[in-house]
Amino acid sequence: MEKKRNTKLDLFLTFFKIGAFTFGGGYAMIPLIQKEVCENKKWLTDDDILEIVAIAESTPGPIAINSATFVGYRTAGILGAMCATLGVVLPSFIIITLIAMVLREFSSYRAVKYAFFGIRAGVLALIIKALISMYKKCPKNVFSYCIAAAAFIFAAFTDINAVFIIIGCAVAGLIYFLTTASKAKEASK
Amino acid sequence: MILLELFLTFFRIGLFTFGGGYAMLPLVQEAVVNKGWMSNEQIVDFIAVSESTPGPFAINISTYVGNETGGIIGAVCATLGVVLPSFIIILIVAKCFDKFRKSKAVEGCMTGLKPAVIGMIGSAVVSIGITVFFPDDKITASVFTELPFYISLAIFAAALFFTLKKKINPIIIIASSAVVGIIAGFALGL
Repeated sequence: MEKKRNTKLDLFLTFFKIGAFTFGGGYAMIPLIQKEVCENKKWLTDDDILEIVAIAESTPGPIAINSATFVGYRTAGILGAMCATLGVVLPSFIIITLIAMVLREFSSYRAVKYAFFGIRAGVLALIIKALISMYKKCPKNVFSYCIAAAAFIFAAFTDINAVFIIIGCAVAGLIYFLTTASKAKEASK
Repeated sequence: MILLELFLTFFRIGLFTFGGGYAMLPLVQEAVVNKGWMSNEQIVDFIAVSESTPGPFAINISTYVGNETGGIIGAVCATLGVVLPSFIIILIVAKCFDKFRKSKAVEGCMTGLKPAVIGMIGSAVVSIGITVFFPDDKITASVFTELPFYISLAIFAAALFFTLKKKINPIIIIASSAVVGIIAGFALGL
């Protein structure tokens, strides 16, 4: 019992540390999780981490939350999952709450306005970089290009709710996958 | 009421974001701008804040929007909302892990979702581009005669070069963009 409680506290503290030191979120967090969870704590193996990344990619939500929940659950059940998730969320929550207060206070300053004027142009470049790295990870075939183009057109030029675009693309992918997969099976027969 | 609305809005965002990070931008823009919680410009500003602070974008933006609209309890509701779908789904997946991994349905949906995310981020790039280069999101030709447009363009081009070709850290990109913005602002009296 004593040992289990320690594991939960340990999960909370470990993921608090991971949450507090990951800038940029998402994949930037994976090496840190691997170091803490596999090398230091030996809760999971490197293979487990690869599995977690694969799962995080095919389930909704941020990778940070997905991996914290998964590692917590594997290590100490549902309570473990809660401790790890709370741990990874808390640093952001505290820091952003403090920043929200500061921003409200300083947003009317001229220097701050000029700073954000410059920052906005820089942020555009960062998002384009994110777009390019997503593109590199995506399979390159006619179907993918059509879906990407359709999602872009619907999201940029129509008022259709983004949720419906996502559902539509998932359904299109499912139909495409099942029909081409069954064709491939017939061909192999 | 606002608390429930915050929770539900971010629950929906959490449930439909695949690929994490900026994949959620169109969903956030749609929900948050339509409800009048934040302007497009404020969202872009916040992306910069999020890049310069630790933690995932999803948590950062939900905490921020929650704080601005419903105080600290609002922040708790919004953050809980964005976290809960992942939490529940991962618990289910962890229980039937092998079934999930071999599932044709999951693999099929992902065939559509991966390129969809690219299209969605592409649309976010367009709308943020408009916010950056056209004041008040109004697309007019007169902007090409104004100095701020060219300063933004110069900062954007430099940032793109340094982030893509030189792999400079995002925080340094943001900090330098801020410094150039301040210098240009005061020097030229924008």
